Amino acid sequence: MNPGPDRTVRAGASAPARPLARRVRGLSDRAVVWLFVTPTILVLLAINIFPLLWTIWLSFTNYRANRPNAEVEWVGLRNYERILNKEDIWEYLQATAHFLSWTMILQVIIGFGLALLINRQFRGHSFWTTVILLPMMLSPAVVGVFWTYLFQPQTGIFSYIVNVFVDVGPLDMIGSVDLAPWAIVMVDTWMWAPYVMLICLAGLRSIPDYVYEAAEVDGASAWRRFWSITVPMVLPFLMLAVLFRAIENFKMFDMVVELTSGGPGSTTELASINLKREAFEKWRTGYSSAFAVILFVTVFGAANVYVKAMNAVKRR
Amino acid sequence: MKAETGAAATPATGGKAVAHSVAESSPGLRWLAGLVVVVYALVTMIPLVWILLTGFKTPQDSISYPPKVVFEPSLEGYVNLFTNRSRQTPEYMASLPPPETWYDKLVRSRNMVITGPSRFKDRYVNSVIIGFGSTFLAVFLGTLTAYAFSRFRVPLQDDLLFFILSTRMMPPIAVAIPIFLMFRELGLSDTHLGMILLYTAVNMSLSVWLLKGFMDEIPREYEEAAMVDGYTRLQAFFKVVLPQATTGIAATAIFCLIFAWNEYAFALLLTSGNAQTAPPFIPIIIGEGGLDWPAVAAGTTLFLLPVLIFTVMLRSHLLRGITFGAVRK
Repeated sequence: MNPGPDRTVRAGASAPARPLARRVRGLSDRAVVWLFVTPTILVLLAINIFPLLWTIWLSFTNYRANRPNAEVEWVGLRNYERILNKEDIWEYLQATAHFLSWTMILQVIIGFGLALLINRQFRGHSFWTTVILLPMMLSPAVVGVFWTYLFQPQTGIFSYIVNVFVDVGPLDMIGSVDLAPWAIVMVDTWMWAPYVMLICLAGLRSIPDYVYEAAEVDGASAWRRFWSITVPMVLPFLMLAVLFRAIENFKMFDMVVELTSGGPGSTTELASINLKREAFEKWRTGYSSAFAVILFVTVFGAANVYVKAMNAVKRR
Repeated sequence: MKAETGAAATPATGGKAVAHSVAESSPGLRWLAGLVVVVYALVTMIPLVWILLTGFKTPQDSISYPPKVVFEPSLEGYVNLFTNRSRQTPEYMASLPPPETWYDKLVRSRNMVITGPSRFKDRYVNSVIIGFGSTFLAVFLGTLTAYAFSRFRVPLQDDLLFFILSTRMMPPIAVAIPIFLMFRELGLSDTHLGMILLYTAVNMSLSVWLLKGFMDEIPREYEEAAMVDGYTRLQAFFKVVLPQATTGIAATAIFCLIFAWNEYAFALLLTSGNAQTAPPFIPIIIGEGGLDWPAVAAGTTLFLLPVLIFTVMLRSHLLRGITFGAVRK
């Protein structure tokens, strides 16, 4: 860093534009803050907050986007009433809950397990870690597409491999009412268990060696060390991973749409998929806006409660 | 307590290893751990390898039973991906002049002729334009905002940062309803500009949060020293801070690019012809009698390849990127 000569060169070169340059250069810190923050806030206001407010407004109307010229009526809370009284909604929320809870359970077990194993620092562990991480960076929609191919009951490789081990006949993972909810759990876990693993690994590496050494001197067993050192120290990281994954999976749309498109019947019709149907196939804009608001409030509320719990764990 | 009974056995094995950390476990255990991890990695790679292989199969081979691991490679999938074809009568085929190129020949061996290029190339180019455009904007704005948040006390700083993050919590479909209406009013439906602006907004949270983390790590002393030497705040930012933040900016850019590249819901709902990106297009590559799997696999391979390469390049920053900078190793 040698600003001396550089500055003289600049001052000489920008002679004609000097008044403007001086004004720009002389900006106070306060002005810099405004200049730097405002554009971002404007973009977010225009493309995130304004639409959100619009959604809230629409949720009180009977507007239909495919009939832009029809008269818009204010219907009050009728859309919300309809949603909460509709039995199908609970089915979609149940499908979402099934998907959410099983993906979280499996991803925590597999992710944490893999992180413990990788933390043994065997030879080549960083190469294999990278290999394991590949699925999570892929496009979920495209992942959904190619898993439909792997899941073909007669010709797909998945059914074939399973049949090598257990003779169950052709497995119709996508077409069967019993298997489809598990198909989406499986593909999501395939994609995202590495995510939990990576964050857990960071947690494991944050534990200083001397903690274990002290415990060992005190005669704590390996089992004891695991439960009273490893688990509590990794827990905040694990909870963070679950927070991010749970928010994403609550919104889950792309992978499942391409894999099962909500079927068979509505066994895998998650909340977002139903929302898309109502909004862009049935064009019930007002109704689906109300549903969108309910979903958003749910995520937002749940995330807030969860973050409080997470901070309590961290402080302990 | 189970822990108590286990304690008796430990001193025998652990007594001598006091100086060792848990990570440095016995060679046997380490070997076993490695084995399990390698097996897991190989099993999870099967789907990707299988798709890569399917791209080089003929349509018949792609739906054979049992699935063919060894097959004669063919470029039919890739040719089908990039062309539109139509089936012709044998008489018409016989009346044609001899094929000029290898792909003409391949298509004609199936009693078809190429009628023109498919839309895949356009969709791929759209993905590139929209991906790079939105990444540039998001990283440009994000760098400025992150610097302001990192160095100054911005009024309502924590609220603003949380607000920026919370924009990521909304289900895309929920936002898509008003965006759809807004774009229709403004004439932005199915345009590159509309999608670039939309993806920029979605990526802002990632970009601001990640870059704030990177900026926080650059010592303030550098720019303060520069300002003592007569630099103004802006000069210090451009000449001292930015060069220091290059790695962070590059990593953030790649994350934004991957997100925009992978995005599906908005692309599906807000684009149809002109500005459609590859993800909504790949599933609708239709061959005769259903999906043309080798062509789908070829499209998938070409689409996923850049992301795989970027992931390997990014591996040391991956953790930060996926946690919005919350975990930094």
